[in-house]
Amino acid sequence: MDKGFSEIWVYLSASPLLALTLTLAAYQLGNWVYQKGGKNPLLNPVLIAVVVLVATLLVTGTDYATYFEGAQFVHFLLGPATVALALPLYRQIERVRKSALAISVSLLAGSLTATATAVSIAWGFGSSQEILISLAPKSVTAPVAMGIAEQLGGLPSLTAVLVILTGIIGAALGPLLLNVMGVKDMAARGLAIGTASHGIGTARAFQVSEVAGAFAGLAMGLNALATAILLPLMWKWVF
Amino acid sequence: MIFYLTLIFACQLVGELLKVALELPVPGPVIGMVLLFAGLMIKRGIPEDLAEVGYTFLSNLSLLFVPAGVGVMLHIALIGEQALAITLALVGSTLATIAVTALVMRAMSRAEDADTGRSTDG
Repeated sequence: MDKGFSEIWVYLSASPLLALTLTLAAYQLGNWVYQKGGKNPLLNPVLIAVVVLVATLLVTGTDYATYFEGAQFVHFLLGPATVALALPLYRQIERVRKSALAISVSLLAGSLTATATAVSIAWGFGSSQEILISLAPKSVTAPVAMGIAEQLGGLPSLTAVLVILTGIIGAALGPLLLNVMGVKDMAARGLAIGTASHGIGTARAFQVSEVAGAFAGLAMGLNALATAILLPLMWKWVF
Repeated sequence: MIFYLTLIFACQLVGELLKVALELPVPGPVIGMVLLFAGLMIKRGIPEDLAEVGYTFLSNLSLLFVPAGVGVMLHIALIGEQALAITLALVGSTLATIAVTALVMRAMSRAEDADTGRSTDG
């Protein structure tokens, strides 16, 4: 790298603008690929953006903390966006009220499946206790999952990564699985994706239908609550 | 416009305060969502400008997960060591969760429909 270029790079790296612009550009690219690819769920825009950004940071030798100084402005908006999930939920209130029992039972079944299968598969492959704990709350929205992992003695930062990966897997493969299963009801589709893959699944559900998005957002909130209460109790009982 | 943006932020802020004050196990934004929802129930409707602000957030929800997702680079080594176990656990568990939730929901919705069907048939 010649001196002029590296000086410019050092200058730009010190301001949040570069990381912010790169984040938006990488997401634009991801979205473009997704649209060009006939909206194939495997071409998940978040996945593409993350791969592009990680590669860029590794190649330029930039660490995550430096990147996050700029990207935090995007990250911050997750909070108000979560609050805004009240809107679609309110619009679907009649349907939610009508199937309150079905929603509660399927959510609980999904929540238990998420934890039990993740832990038992990883345990079967000889993962350490630390990884098992970090993996257990992986279907729950990141801030709650990190809190649970910390409480039980896992690695909260690893949990955050596993949560994001789970979200991307659910958003990419979930719609294909539901198609194969012949589940057409948007409420059931949304509930399933929201329970398994929290906000990233919810974001994906919104791109398809408002009903699916509303049920996914509801499932995300309820699963956070259910797992936060049940997982620590179950963990004490099993180990 | 700014009024409703302020309202959304305020819901989150009160949510964060309630979480700390009452030691609730759910994050502030989720409590904020419940607060906004309660407000809509009381008001019995969504003001047009609130819908505009709120749906701007929701239609770009995916983008907001990108910075956290890039955090995967912090644990590339650890994940690489146990790549098979972690990949199978994540993919297997996520698919199982989606299948179980959707199947239970479908079965129970059908049962409920059948029930209401019977009751209206007399």
